[in-house]
Amino acid sequence: MAANGNGEALRVEHIAKRFGGVTALADVNLRLPRGEVLGLIGDNGAGKSTLIKVICGFHQPDAGRIFVNGEEVVIKSVDHARALGIDTVYQDLALVNELTVYHNMFLNRELVRWPLLSNRRMQRLARQHLEDMGVNVPSVDVEVAKLSGGQRQAIAVARSVYTDAKILLLDEPLAAMGAKEGALILDLVRDLKRKGEVSIVIIAHNFGQILEVCDRINLLQHGTITFDKPTSQTSVQELTDLVVAEYRAARTRGLAQDPPAEARGPGRG
Amino acid sequence: MSDTIEVAKRVEAAPPGRAPRRILRRAGEEFLRRREASVLVVAVGLGLYFMSAEPAFLTYDNLVNISRATAPTAIVAAGMVLVMVSGEIDLSVGAVYALAPFNMHYLIDYYSVPVIPAILLALLISAAIGFANGFITWVFKVPSFVTTLGTLNLVIGIVLVTSHAYPAPIPEQAVGTIQNWLGAADWSQLLWCVLIVGFLHLVLTSTRWGLHTVAVGGNLLGATEAGIRTGRIKIGNFMIVATLGGLAGIMDAFRVNTIDPNLGGGTTIMFAAVSAAVIGGTALAGGSGTVIGAFLGALVLAELQNGMNLIGISANPYFLILGAAILISMIANVYLSRLRRTGRT
Repeated sequence: MAANGNGEALRVEHIAKRFGGVTALADVNLRLPRGEVLGLIGDNGAGKSTLIKVICGFHQPDAGRIFVNGEEVVIKSVDHARALGIDTVYQDLALVNELTVYHNMFLNRELVRWPLLSNRRMQRLARQHLEDMGVNVPSVDVEVAKLSGGQRQAIAVARSVYTDAKILLLDEPLAAMGAKEGALILDLVRDLKRKGEVSIVIIAHNFGQILEVCDRINLLQHGTITFDKPTSQTSVQELTDLVVAEYRAARTRGLAQDPPAEARGPGRG
Repeated sequence: MSDTIEVAKRVEAAPPGRAPRRILRRAGEEFLRRREASVLVVAVGLGLYFMSAEPAFLTYDNLVNISRATAPTAIVAAGMVLVMVSGEIDLSVGAVYALAPFNMHYLIDYYSVPVIPAILLALLISAAIGFANGFITWVFKVPSFVTTLGTLNLVIGIVLVTSHAYPAPIPEQAVGTIQNWLGAADWSQLLWCVLIVGFLHLVLTSTRWGLHTVAVGGNLLGATEAGIRTGRIKIGNFMIVATLGGLAGIMDAFRVNTIDPNLGGGTTIMFAAVSAAVIGGTALAGGSGTVIGAFLGALVLAELQNGMNLIGISANPYFLILGAAILISMIANVYLSRLRRTGRT
């Protein structure tokens, strides 16, 4: 079964998604070979987050097909996506500040010796797993609120990997992160890539940083992928020019005819 | 656990004479880190003060009085902690407290239901009111403060309309063993209280339900994304507090030997329970709180009321002190949690 997937962890074809009158995704085709890291860039409102949410089962697409390991699937829910090995690390991380690191690591997948939680076992496994992944925290017993942004992001990623995610969707993991903390995340992604068990899609704005770790870059514009190149064949300059050109075009178009739906382009989304 | 290893290393390294002191300091810090610590100090301090001021404080009869003043509040407060930790509040629990003994009375005296099933049915109806609170809050996105303000008045309306605002006697079939076990005997309320507080403490700290309650109150969106069924957690906690409100109401009716509809909407016990929870270290914003702390909070309130009465201060300044206690404990909580968050203690 896996063989006829040509080593593809994920492929989406002709995905479309509308919200009322707004077309978020028009026709998206995307390919993620196994073990690769794909950088997904695009301006705000281009549909990046919608695409992620379609793949992770949060939204149902209006049209199009999704293949996981070469097999077509209809992803019904977030839980379903997770069962297929697709996990998302959201921008807000889904960590609970008031809980310890190890409780967060096992959130909603707690180890239980009914009726009580097996805290000792969760502590031990969490500590070992974080160590294996090279994630450094003062102790797995501290509340997550005490950790830095980078550490929290690392824990969120480690959690997804621990729960057997084979396809990781990282939604702006580098947003609002200092250089040192960003490096922590990039190192983590690089380690995962080296092990080759996990395929990753990263959404990011900082082209320089994602060029460091990604194998390929896709640019999403107005709900379609308009650019798809291996990292080795592109540069920060080219990507920046593409995005800026889009912005200029939208702006002149906007001045010319002022279309209400298009005004969304460079705005928020 | 790595903490323990660290401590062990440090103790080894320290000169032999100073090891015990370090352990003591460590124990002290560990104690202060517990949310229940400050309110435990207050409860013990108040007890010692009233003991020395008035010997009657420590007599058997008075201890029974204190236990009876503590228990119903603590039972309701234990449930209230769960609701508050999950990020909600239940103002209607006092009305349920008033309604439950009437439901028991109607079922036994008008519908000839045997006593025990009647009590269980009355508790089931309480739980159903809790379900309605949770359902309205969750499905219609009405803030629980408003939802339960509505059901508070609705339920009190039901009590007054059905009882015509007349008190009812305890049903004859319940008089004796059942009445004694459920509130009338000297220590029965405290016994129930200790069982319930112990059980809910375990639920909150050591079960999935408790962990998910914290998660839902601490980061609702995050908990949802992690796949936790947040609605179920919130509704379930509303059902727990309402059931406990009903139980406390039935026990108090048995204790005072009458079923009283004129409880002012049951707001006294509701506010006492919220106060006990807050004094015990539960945050209104959700995400943190302790059941043991709420029990100690209820004890502090009972000691204050009882002790001031004994040493001859009128009941009026009680509210001054209660108000001050709530403000001080809230300020202390905010301050302590900031300390905790920045790492020290």
